[in-house]
Amino acid sequence: MIVADKKPIEEIIETIKDHQSILVLGCNECVTVCEAGGKKEVGILASALRMHFLQQGREVNIAERTLERQCDHEYLEEIRDIIDDYDAVVSIACGVGVQFMAEKYQSKPIYPGVNTLFMGVTEARGVWTERCQGCGQCILASTGGICPVSRCAKRIFNGPCGGSASGKCEVDKELECGWQLIIDRLKALGRMDDYENISPLKDWSTDRAGGPRKVVREDVEL
Amino acid sequence: MSTNTPSKLEKILTAGHLAVTSECGPPRGSDPEVITEKANLIKDHVDAINVTDNQTSMTRLCSLAACIRLKLMGVEPVLQMVTRDRNRIALQSDILGAASFDIHNILCLSGDHQSFGDCAQGQNVHDIDSMQLIQTVRHMRDDGKFLGGDDIKRPPQMFVGAAANPFADPYEIRVPRLAKKIAAGVEFIQTQCIYNLDKFEDWMKKVCDRGLNEKVYILAGLTPMKSAGMARYMKNRVPGMDVPDDIVKRMADTPKEKQAQEGIDICVEAIQRLKEVKGVSGFHIMAIEWEEKVPEIVERAGLHPRPSVN
Repeated sequence: MIVADKKPIEEIIETIKDHQSILVLGCNECVTVCEAGGKKEVGILASALRMHFLQQGREVNIAERTLERQCDHEYLEEIRDIIDDYDAVVSIACGVGVQFMAEKYQSKPIYPGVNTLFMGVTEARGVWTERCQGCGQCILASTGGICPVSRCAKRIFNGPCGGSASGKCEVDKELECGWQLIIDRLKALGRMDDYENISPLKDWSTDRAGGPRKVVREDVEL
Repeated sequence: MSTNTPSKLEKILTAGHLAVTSECGPPRGSDPEVITEKANLIKDHVDAINVTDNQTSMTRLCSLAACIRLKLMGVEPVLQMVTRDRNRIALQSDILGAASFDIHNILCLSGDHQSFGDCAQGQNVHDIDSMQLIQTVRHMRDDGKFLGGDDIKRPPQMFVGAAANPFADPYEIRVPRLAKKIAAGVEFIQTQCIYNLDKFEDWMKKVCDRGLNEKVYILAGLTPMKSAGMARYMKNRVPGMDVPDDIVKRMADTPKEKQAQEGIDICVEAIQRLKEVKGVSGFHIMAIEWEEKVPEIVERAGLHPRPSVN
């Protein structure tokens, strides 16, 4: 899933402070699972904003809505008939949802209510960790299913570097060394001989470096 | 063995001498005197001088410019280059820039993470890694080609080095990792600072058991300690460093005013012992901001005068 974290309420208030009628818009997908932008969080944020403006002695209309997704036309269309009741939207979907909203509703100010962080997993209750950076050319087959791009602070393809100590990364003693994990997996798979294969220079043209990416599938196009 | 480049360091190693290298950290400013003064302190006691590349991610005068200074004063530089700050365009470009001044040694490194330095909020590049940088320099030198495939007019002639840390984890891949660097094309190795001699000797034995000592020159890395405080700091704070308790105790048990001398003694004793270890081809003495002690260490270790080669 795409993992996000709540923005500080002060930052949100600063962006919306001049508006009179605001829609707080959640998303039922990833940000619901990581408890940053679902229906529950919409309610909490809306209440906090109402309380803030009340204390300021201002009458600001704060409405709540949560869509099935903010990354699909059909769900974003569901608010077309009500969007003009508000002079701004705080979207607490990921950055994808915020942008798709902005593209669809050209003249409506859309503000982000979360910081979008990474593609990751729920490692434990309340703990989410990164697994993928979407480099566009998956090499997990040769690294025992552990990704050096997303799990190594230096995205080293032939690791570990000299800073790996007791299975931890030099950057943070709490952080697992991605290359230790790769080696542990190769060992468990009986594939340690693979360790000595040199990974060639990576083609980063499918990564962020190549510019905004696009997938066109003729077999599913209408 | 015949040489592949005009490198003096390569000639000395190929002739079978124990090589001695040291390092200079460039200043955090633009005063060239800092580099030339440091080099003058050690140039008659070493075969080549490494110039570090923004070590510990603290922004400094660039390694390439400092290497050119050394070259212009007739000293043999080893250009340290990290993959943290440059993509493959910049790496190749800097290699050519160095080659244009006939800098004949390069040390390929990944570099400390930027979070340790003064620009913790900056990006890191890591377009390629240190293993791939070794391959890149060899490709440019031996094939005379850019990574993109075009011919290089007057290719670089560089003796290619890399680091090895026998003390990092996991230990079991430390020898395979060296084998991998050799397969990538590395010709000399400068190791992490050695304090745990037993563990280093165990690593060297395994290196020799695989015959890797026949394929690469290994320079044992040493850093003299100035104080018991520095010993404790190296033990507890520096990533990938292995300082045994008895070394820390020996420093701590020495009266404060004599600790610096004790640190020099420990370093000289280590060289004496490592000279006898199979597979050790020389020494890399990293006297951090203590360059003036390098001549004493080299002389007491019986490594002076340095051989002359043509």
